[in-house]
Amino acid sequence: MSLMSLTAVELGKKIKAGEVSAEEAAKAALDAAAKKEAAINSFVTIDEEKALKQAREVQKGIEDGRYTSPLAGVPVAIKDNMCIEGMLTTCSSKILGNFVPTYTSEAVLNLERAGAVIIGKTNMDEFAMGSTTETSAFGATKNPWNTAHVPGGSSGGSCAAVAAEECSYALGSDTGGSIRQPSSFCGVTGIKPTYGTVSRYGLIAYGSSLDQIGPVAKDVTDCATVLEIISSHDKKDSTSIERKDCDFSAALVDDVKGMKIGIPRDYFGEGLEPEVRDSVLAAAKELEKKGAVIEEFDLSLVEYAIPAYYVIACAEASSNLARFDGVKYGYRTESYAGLHNMYKKTRSEGFGAEVKRRIMLGSFALSSGYYDAYYLKALRTKALIKQAFDRAFEKYNVILGPAAPTTAPRLGESLSDPIKMYLGDIYTISVNLAGLPGISLPCGKDSSGLPIGLQLIGNCFGEKDIIRAAYAFEQTREYEHSPLSEN
Amino acid sequence: MKQFETVIGLEVHVELATRTKIFCSCSTEFGGEPNSHTCPVCTGMPGSLPVLNKQVVEYAIAVGLATNCKITQNCKFDRKNYFYPDNPQNYQISQLYLPICRDGGIEIETEDGGKKTIGIHEIHMEEDAGKLVHDEWGENSLVDFNRSGVPLIEIVSEPDMRSADEVIAYLEKLRLIIQYLGASDCKLQEGSMRADVNLSVREAGASEFGTRTEMKNLNSFKAIRRAIEGERERQIDLIESGQKVVQETRRWDDTKEYSYAMRSKEDAQDYRYFPEPDLVPITISDEWLDEIRSRQPELRTEKLERYKREFNIPEYDAGIITSNKKLADIFEETTAICNNPKKVSNWLMVETMRLLKEHDMEPEQITFSPENLAKLIQLTEARAVNSSVAKEVFEKIFEENIDPEKYVEENGLKTVSDDGALRSTIEKVIAENPQSVEDYKSGKKKAIGFLVGQTMKAMQGKADPGMVNQILTELLH
Repeated sequence: MSLMSLTAVELGKKIKAGEVSAEEAAKAALDAAAKKEAAINSFVTIDEEKALKQAREVQKGIEDGRYTSPLAGVPVAIKDNMCIEGMLTTCSSKILGNFVPTYTSEAVLNLERAGAVIIGKTNMDEFAMGSTTETSAFGATKNPWNTAHVPGGSSGGSCAAVAAEECSYALGSDTGGSIRQPSSFCGVTGIKPTYGTVSRYGLIAYGSSLDQIGPVAKDVTDCATVLEIISSHDKKDSTSIERKDCDFSAALVDDVKGMKIGIPRDYFGEGLEPEVRDSVLAAAKELEKKGAVIEEFDLSLVEYAIPAYYVIACAEASSNLARFDGVKYGYRTESYAGLHNMYKKTRSEGFGAEVKRRIMLGSFALSSGYYDAYYLKALRTKALIKQAFDRAFEKYNVILGPAAPTTAPRLGESLSDPIKMYLGDIYTISVNLAGLPGISLPCGKDSSGLPIGLQLIGNCFGEKDIIRAAYAFEQTREYEHSPLSEN
Repeated sequence: MKQFETVIGLEVHVELATRTKIFCSCSTEFGGEPNSHTCPVCTGMPGSLPVLNKQVVEYAIAVGLATNCKITQNCKFDRKNYFYPDNPQNYQISQLYLPICRDGGIEIETEDGGKKTIGIHEIHMEEDAGKLVHDEWGENSLVDFNRSGVPLIEIVSEPDMRSADEVIAYLEKLRLIIQYLGASDCKLQEGSMRADVNLSVREAGASEFGTRTEMKNLNSFKAIRRAIEGERERQIDLIESGQKVVQETRRWDDTKEYSYAMRSKEDAQDYRYFPEPDLVPITISDEWLDEIRSRQPELRTEKLERYKREFNIPEYDAGIITSNKKLADIFEETTAICNNPKKVSNWLMVETMRLLKEHDMEPEQITFSPENLAKLIQLTEARAVNSSVAKEVFEKIFEENIDPEKYVEENGLKTVSDDGALRSTIEKVIAENPQSVEDYKSGKKKAIGFLVGQTMKAMQGKADPGMVNQILTELLH
């Protein structure tokens, strides 16, 4: 049995107890990746040398008492939109194909301070734009449950690497569901925290007002433990919040007695696959059996979340991605005549189709004469959606629903119909618009054996509520290792 | 002949005197090796985030209060999107929707001695861009990001000015206020104050404004005056010859005294402004506002009155000294050391002004220290140097900021106050000039001047002329 089949916390305990060294753990991850990458392609970069060096240093630190975190020495994979000093950071884009940052993102620094060992950078949809990890300039990542299917996205590489057991846990980022949806498709657990909980410093921005970094792991315990480590008030990020309640592992309690859980009827309408619906409702039943009070309600405005999201996220992206111009770093076109031609050719050649589509959408939405009709209206919609959630949380501790309307589609099916792909984000997107925390965890499989994800949404700063509910539900079933984990 | 009226509004950019940049902790110091004052934030590296420098907000509020603006207590930043290599993110963080100050105005004196208020539409905060440098050896341009992220405020006036004189009066008043606040040194030549002129003409009496142009690249008051006069004539010529003024941005070439069209309204860029998502809105509490208000320094009018009252300086002199923050600062610091406001004022009004003119310098360029001027005044008061030596020493202080005590010592310029040495020199002069002595004794009192001159010459200028006079008179009787 590989060390990678353990949860991160289990492996951390063995390392702490001296049963396994950090270097052995890193080697197990590197070996697993070496075997599986050809089939799965979850990494953009694997830095064996750096990982082993870091592992040896951390091992020393554990022995002399400098590293005491439960995850010291445990191998982690980082989504390729988080900067790490000296390590290629591409956002899975040709335009950053040669970009090596001189600084490390705050979330990763927090992990390093806790003795994490970084195996490499995981594949993603280019600049986190996509729901399948097929828009990567470095090829699609495959789903470890069935390699003919996508892993979801945009954190598909991180979720697939965890499911395929190429690392113990990973960091992803979630702008409209990019942690929760691929977690659902890959049968793993992922948390998108309350906006402002994890510093965005060093996270290459897609939609700045929506982006949040979060953990992906095998279970709720791992996720809570990782989130506790990466959360921090960072003066380098003005949107970072000072919280005193980041002891998330304290919520790992198998007790939901009296917890009020609302099920939005709006999440169970047209477009939801019956197998997903049944599995999610069965999960609700389990929680009810444990003493939670389950009630259906109307959340409202759900259908407006997708247009509002695509206007806001694309508008911000059109500006955030303007800096990739061939002047300072990254890709520059080979031959050009003058500055404007250089800009045009560099960006035409450097960005993929989905990124260009969103830059154009966003530029249009912000252009003079359209700003009020699109961007301002989207901001107002966002405020109304937040109000709808506020009303719901006056009655409920947690909102329960599916993470995605379907299980993982086949490779190549989604990109030809972007509208359909965008609609797949319907259950996750409003959580980002309202800045709320959400968790996705496995709750079953469909008839073709693909995992189904349960989503629990909490109020602002309500991570502990969703962690408690998720932990309680998790106790009712066994973790299922993906077929690709057995090697 | 038709009479035309000129209508002018100004957009003035002022670089704030903060130690660090607006969104990162890099130094704002001028000069330095290219790209030595940079970090991931001010070079727009991916994943970097801006953090607002509180001092920028305080300076902007201080300027707003001093120019009678309303302060927007809930303001925020917006992004202005445009591609240019000196702009590392290809957007500038600025303010469009909720600028920090609005609806103010300052009073100027017009040519006829009257008073007029020039309205201030708004003041907003923004970041400066980097600088493009042409590579002398290749075909490339290089970018220096040292200036990138240096804080600016842009002060947008109402179109209330009607002549170049009014524009200069407004700019001088504005500059003085900002210098007094310590918010900027406002050096036009170095670009820490830059003015863009929006100008249109209309027939006298017309109620509608004419089509305006915007003039850039104005680096001195002289250039501003010439550009206004040139543009006014150009627009009138167009109208009188039946052509139309095109709304456009023009670049002034001060050496050719002509402006060139840069871009017309049709090619105006769509900046796609939207609220900056990386910064939280700024909330300016009443307490914070009160605190800034209570810290507002003494401005020019108050200072002028105080100089008259406290130091007994004549109105005219006080007016000149307070017309420039640097002069006023030197005055106060020097006076604090030597406690002789009259003499300090004298040195500033006469010798300093003469040397500034001679060197074609602005008072801001003064480099001498108040300590050295104070020492010089103390030396003259102690009669250790006479007035002509003092002038010579002051020139050295002005040019090289030398220590006058040391300089006088090292160059042997000290007045000889040794009575014996002086007396024997005078006796010698009397012996050598019998004709003058005779003239004096026979009633030609002026002859003593020649004898004083001879004595000073023999003493190599190091004698106190008063003392020479006194001993001579004594010996000649």
